[in-house]
Formats: sequence, C-alpha cells, structure tokens
Amino acid sequence: MIARLSKNIYMILIFLFLYAPVAVLIVFSFNKARSRAVWGGFTLEWYRKLFQNSDILRALQVTLIIAVVSALISTVIATVTCIGLNALNRRLRNLIMNVTYIPNITPDLVTGVSLMLLFYFIGLKTGFATLLLAHIAFNIPYAILSISPKLRQLDRNLFEAALDLGCKPRQAIIRVILPEIMPGIVTALILTFTLSIDDFVISYFTAGNQVSTLAITIYSMARKSVNPQINALSTLMFLTVLVLLLLVNIRTTRDLRDKQNQGDLSK
Amino acid sequence: MKMRRLAYPYVLWMAVFTVAPLMLVAFYALTAYDADGRLFFTLQGLRNVFATDNTVAFNLFGLADLFGFNLQVPIYINVFAKSLEIALISTVVCLLVGYPAAYILAQHSRKRRGQSNFWLFLFIMPMWMNALLRTYAWLALLEPMGIVNTVLGYLGIGPFQFIYNDFGIGLGMVYNYLPFMVLPIHSVLVKISPSLIEAAEDLGADSTRTFLRVTFPLSLPGILSGINMVFMPAMTTFLIPDLLGGGRYLLIGNAIERQFMVSRDMTTGSALSILLMIFVLASMRILTKYEQESSEGGLLA
Repeated sequence: MIARLSKNIYMILIFLFLYAPVAVLIVFSFNKARSRAVWGGFTLEWYRKLFQNSDILRALQVTLIIAVVSALISTVIATVTCIGLNALNRRLRNLIMNVTYIPNITPDLVTGVSLMLLFYFIGLKTGFATLLLAHIAFNIPYAILSISPKLRQLDRNLFEAALDLGCKPRQAIIRVILPEIMPGIVTALILTFTLSIDDFVISYFTAGNQVSTLAITIYSMARKSVNPQINALSTLMFLTVLVLLLLVNIRTTRDLRDKQNQGDLSK
Repeated sequence: MKMRRLAYPYVLWMAVFTVAPLMLVAFYALTAYDADGRLFFTLQGLRNVFATDNTVAFNLFGLADLFGFNLQVPIYINVFAKSLEIALISTVVCLLVGYPAAYILAQHSRKRRGQSNFWLFLFIMPMWMNALLRTYAWLALLEPMGIVNTVLGYLGIGPFQFIYNDFGIGLGMVYNYLPFMVLPIHSVLVKISPSLIEAAEDLGADSTRTFLRVTFPLSLPGILSGINMVFMPAMTTFLIPDLLGGGRYLLIGNAIERQFMVSRDMTTGSALSILLMIFVLASMRILTKYEQESSEGGLLA
C-alpha cells in the first residue's frame, strides 16, 4: 500500500517536472501582466502582437517554405533511392545505409558546423539556398528510414509480375510499387516537415545573417530577455509540432498493428 | 532499365552532403587562409586549443580543492573538463531519477500487455518538443524575477540564483535528456521474462535480492544505452549553456559556436569540433562495447 502510494507520488513528481515548465509557458502566453510571475488576467494581446511583428511573419514564411520544399524534395529523393537500394546487393546496400546513419550519430552541432564549412568551401553564400540544402540533407536519412521498411515488406515478385503482365518498368514502379509504399511516403513527408520546423541547431549555422527561421528568431529574442511574445510563439510552435508528431505516431502504430494482424491471419 | 541506377544519384548526394562536410571539418582544422585568400597548412588551430600561454587552474569535480594541488592547464582543456564534469553529473542524475521511473513505467506496461501505455506516451511527449522551447521554458521559470522565485518569495525564502550557474545548466540538461534515459531502460525492463523473477522468488530470494541479483543486472544494457543517449547531447549542446548560462558561460559546445559565429576563426573552431567528435565517438564506442559484453554475459543471450 505504502509502496504503491510512494510510487504514485514519485511518478506525479516526475510528470510535474516534465510538464510544469511547458504548462507555465503556455499559461503565461495568455497573461495580461507583462510580469513573468504574476497573473494579471487573460489576454490574446501577445498573439495579436505576434501577428503584427514583421520579423516574425517573415521568419514564419521562411520556416514554412523551407519545411514544405525540403519535405517534398527529401521525400522524392528518398523514394527514388529506396527503390534503387532494394535492387542492390546486400553488401552495397548495407554500406550505403551505414553512411546514411552517420548524421544520426553525429552531434547536431558538428553537423551544422560541417555543412556551414561545406557551403563556405564551395563558395555558396549562406542564406535561403544553403538553409534549404541543409534541411534536405538532414531530412533525407529520416525519409529513407520511413520508406525503406515498406519496400522491404513488399513481395519481390510483385514487380516481376507487373513486368510479365506487360508493364514497362516505369509503369510498374508508378502503378504497382508506389501505391504499395504510399503509407511510408506519407509518413516521410509529415516527419520531414516536422523535423524541418523543429530544427534549430543546423539552421542556426547554415542560415547566415539575412534569413531567419522561427526557431532562430525565438533564440535571438530569448537571448535578450524573457518576453511574452516568445511564450505565444513557443505555444503555437509546440502545438503544431505536437499535432504533427501525434499524426506520425498514430500512423506508425497503426502500421505495426496491421502488420501484427496480418501475421496472426497467416498463422 | 536497371532499378539499382535509381540509387546512384543519392550516392553522389551522400558523398557531397554527408561525407565531404565531415572531412572538411578535419581539413579546416589544419588549414587557414592567408592575406591573399590562399589556403595554407597550419597547426595553429590545434596549437590554440592546447595553448599554454593562457592557462587556468584545473579543478575537475573540485579535485584540486580537495587535494590542494594547483595544476595549470590550457583554457580549452579546462572548458573541455568543465563540459565533461557537467555532462557526467547530468547523466548520473538522469540515471538516478530515471531508473525508478523506468521501473514503475515497466510494471505498468506489463500489467497492460498489448495495450498502448498512456503513461509511457506522456513520458515520450516532451521529447518531441524543441529543445530550444524546453530550455526557454526553464529560463522563464527560474529567472530571478521568475515564477519559482516569486512563489518562494511568498514563503519568505529566496530569491535564489537558479540560472547562470552550474545548477541551471545541469537542470536544463536533466530536463532535456531525462526521457532519453528512461526509454531504453524501460524497453529492456519490459522484456525481462516474469518467470525469471518468479524463479528467483521460488528459490527464496526476497524482493530486494531479486532486484539486485536478477532485474538490475539484466537491465544493464538499457542503462548503458541510456547513458550513451544522455551523455552525447549533454556533452555537445551549445543551446543549454548559452541560454541558461546567460551567454557568459563557456562549455565546449558554445566555445565552438563562438569560434565560428563570433570570432570567425574556422581553424580553431574546426580543431575543437574534431576533438569533440573524436571524444564523443570514442566514448560511444567504449559504451557500446560494454553494452555488448553485458548483454552477451546475461541470462537471455
């Protein structure tokens, strides 16, 4: 009894620790008083100010364009690559996959710095283009990891069957393989979009002085002082990323469940 | 048409955007531009890192205070040691706080076999939030005029200086990385077969003994991968010391950030990055080796 009670208290404390800061952040984004500690009544003023702040609107625009474009490009590259990888022999495929994993074990800081050096080396001035390239670069591994399991599950004979029935290879890919791996492609799109919105460190090193994403804007504002507008912006970003990631996770769990059900049936 | 050709463009992309950038870090660590904009080979970057003309007293974990020695080390070595100290302490705190949490969550998961565990989900959720936002949230909470100090003020204590010091940075790290410790331990604990525990109990072990001799050793692989997942980001973050350290605080992460973004000294910045990368990969390697050994030696091998 006491053991159970102390366990519950422990978990409540941990969850308090995990959620209190976020909750305070969200609550205080509606706080009328400018003070960061005293509640002065409900207001949407900070949100209104946010949408009148031209710096933030520009950053929002950049963030969304980069997220959409980098998600699309990295997912297309990943899809094409995965179809190609599936036809490679195992050794070569493993080699490529191992190199693909490198960014996942490299600290973000080093990835950001190394991409910055790459752009410097080839003489690309940091700005929108380098930011986009960097986002595509860090998104591709995640897109590949979302799509390649789908292809692995695919019956290898399906493609051959399509060819036997008179499809050209291109048709077979578009009409047989793509529909089969579509769930993976959609997951890749949502995931890369989310990662792109969420990224700060790599953007920070590759955006240069002229272009700014929302995360970079929050960072430079937060460095100066605590400001209710950042609370409002953080709340919006938090909720967006949360909803998107919930979507990704529901999709992946559903996939897993479908696979388990299939497994049960085949028994 | 050969399907495998579809993978070739990506191989080229990978060479340019994954392999080349990392090699460039090593390259720039050993070169600099002269006045005419030509690259030349130099050891100046490495020399700056190990420069002995600008030394500070070395005091890792307060050892110098404890034993009363005075060791002067290059300033960056000291920054490195300071980062190591805070990262290690944060990792240990994550383990001490996280293990019981993982244990309780695992008990919960076992009871609801098959169903998704809502508490586990709640635990993972903060991980999805941007580290920047999480860190900023603490800044707002702990600053001198922040809510914690205000509440403490009503109780007649404080105000305390929670941020811009070791405590604030360590707290930021524990907060940011606690889920990385809990999840791997949880997933190992869930997989331990209940019959092993029953067997231990049948053989007369009480619950403490069962935990120490059966459950804990079997969860070592999870602990090691948790340590790995907490230590690496804690060692390399520049965001947490920058925001919670108020910009005055130098850990290896923001030392590198400053070399690139403030001093514009690519050579020293690259040299520091390479050393950090080697250090992190080496410690990961050692941990992974232990992880393999401990899981091979385990009952469930």
